[in-house]
Amino acid sequence: MSPLLAAEHLIKIYQLGDYEIHALRGINFSIEKGEFVAVMGPSGSGKTTFMNILGCLDRPTKGRYLLEGNDISALDRNGLARIRSQKIGFVFQSFNLLARTTALENVELPLLYNSNSPKEKVKRAQEALDRVGLAERGSSYPNQLSGGQQQRVAIARALVNDPAIILADEPTGNLDTRTSIEVLELFQSLNENGITIILITHEQDIAAYAKRNITFRDGRIVKDEIVSVPKKAKAELLALPPTEEEEEI
Amino acid sequence: MRSSLTMLGIIIGVAAVIAMVGIGEGAKRMVNAQIASLGENLLNIFPGSQFSGGFRAGAGTVTTLKEEDAQAIKGNCPTIQRVSPVVRTGAQMVAGNLNWGTSVEGYSPDFIYIRSWPLSSGTFFTEQDVKGATKVCVLGKTVVDNLFPGQDPVGEIVRIKKLPFRVIGVLSAKGQNAFGRDQDDIVVVPYTTLQKKIAGVTYINYIIASAVDRSQIDLATRQITDLLHQRHRILPGQDDDFTIRSQLDIATAASSTSNIMSVLLGVIASVSLLVGGIGIMNIMLVSVTERTREIGIRIAVGAKGRDILIQFLVESIVLSLMGGISGIFLGIVSSKLISAILHWPIFTSAPAVALSFFFAGFVGVFFGFYPARKASRLDPIEALRYE
Repeated sequence: MSPLLAAEHLIKIYQLGDYEIHALRGINFSIEKGEFVAVMGPSGSGKTTFMNILGCLDRPTKGRYLLEGNDISALDRNGLARIRSQKIGFVFQSFNLLARTTALENVELPLLYNSNSPKEKVKRAQEALDRVGLAERGSSYPNQLSGGQQQRVAIARALVNDPAIILADEPTGNLDTRTSIEVLELFQSLNENGITIILITHEQDIAAYAKRNITFRDGRIVKDEIVSVPKKAKAELLALPPTEEEEEI
Repeated sequence: MRSSLTMLGIIIGVAAVIAMVGIGEGAKRMVNAQIASLGENLLNIFPGSQFSGGFRAGAGTVTTLKEEDAQAIKGNCPTIQRVSPVVRTGAQMVAGNLNWGTSVEGYSPDFIYIRSWPLSSGTFFTEQDVKGATKVCVLGKTVVDNLFPGQDPVGEIVRIKKLPFRVIGVLSAKGQNAFGRDQDDIVVVPYTTLQKKIAGVTYINYIIASAVDRSQIDLATRQITDLLHQRHRILPGQDDDFTIRSQLDIATAASSTSNIMSVLLGVIASVSLLVGGIGIMNIMLVSVTERTREIGIRIAVGAKGRDILIQFLVESIVLSLMGGISGIFLGIVSSKLISAILHWPIFTSAPAVALSFFFAGFVGVFFGFYPARKASRLDPIEALRYE
């Protein structure tokens, strides 16, 4: 079976005045459908640049990126936009929800740029909210939701178009420990249902929840290993000390 | 709140356009109406060439027109319906112990037709009166108000230069003419009476005539010209010793003046609309900058450049059209206010309203385009990083 996603000798060079910055120095990499990969590395290692190319937000200077067998590097801006709206779901560290819009409308956003009837949009957005466990919070505004809930809305938005992959850039960076693990629990359950997930993190603790870890350094992949026993978020939650509310019961 | 302030520029601009164009249009219509009230098909024939001395001939200076010319014109120019010689002088009128200085003018009975001037009481004099140079007169309303306040003067005696005249009629009120002169301050007598009995002259000052129809004025002018060339034995190449001015000439001149004024006012008001547009562009640019993150998110989830462009362009158009509608209301209301307070005639025309509306929309498109395009060209990676 051909891989879902394949990078062939990806090179990315930025021009900064007289300087050239070699962000990626020849990345070879592939992911099958259903994987859960954590991408690690210090800042400046190229992992963010790599994510941007995988997410079709940017194009490589050299090399090829194939998504579902199609060469993405050949597409123009509009072509990339189409792929983004149909094949890719983004989750960001700072949630990036639209402030003056309800949760449901936020989740609907990617559907705006495909042609969908209003009824269809609401239905699919509601289904996505269901999947992340926020079925009744559709009419809340982001400032009425906790950090964890906002990230769940963002994950629902990433899911609403049935993407081929979910790309999450430090999704737990703004969350406390308990909420982080809750979000990872959600990722793991989505992955068990067949969704392919790529997650950037600089924390080893978080990477341990994924099934495969890739490490970047200076624009190259220096480690690519399967996690023999991924941490189970469900179990970790039970092991956490109880919160104040629970103690009072 | 910010939207309201942005729209303020457009609102004021559109309101100004509506009000100023209304003022210009109202003035133009008033002028045209007043000129028309002088007599639609009126032609004035003055002695003296237009190249020397102009046509405001004083009494006696240029006397190349004769009353026989008037009669000849009436008989020989088929496009001319009515003709009257004109003789004028200023005189003091006395009635009882009241007196009033006014302009005494002598005409033939065709006067009331040529000037489209009905009487409000009594009758006008006839050809008999002209033949006999009888001492009868018809008064304008202002003269009546000053000599016979509150009365109907028909049948009364007034003295013009000490001569007794019987009042046989009163002219209806016409008000001020386009040049500010009170048209009702007039006394009309048979021209022969003025020549023989009042002023002691044999010449006439000028001739007025009316054409059969407005469309015939040019033809009428030519016929009169040919006739007078013949009668005065003017050879080709010589200057005419007369000048013909039609009401059309005056109306066209006045029209073009008020047109220029209208256009000027419109231009001034349009400048304020332009400033409103610049205001919109400014606010849209600020809006784009503030929403950089939002634009990045939209691009990341699949918005094409064109989707972003249309989104911001629509916002800008909605702003300007809402401003346009508010401005139209404000413009109409202030027009009515100005009209009521200053007593200026104001005419709000539907074309002006429609034009302002579309102009406001155009301003929205034009000034909104640059910010919208800027938004559509944002790099999503940069935009998402924006604080």
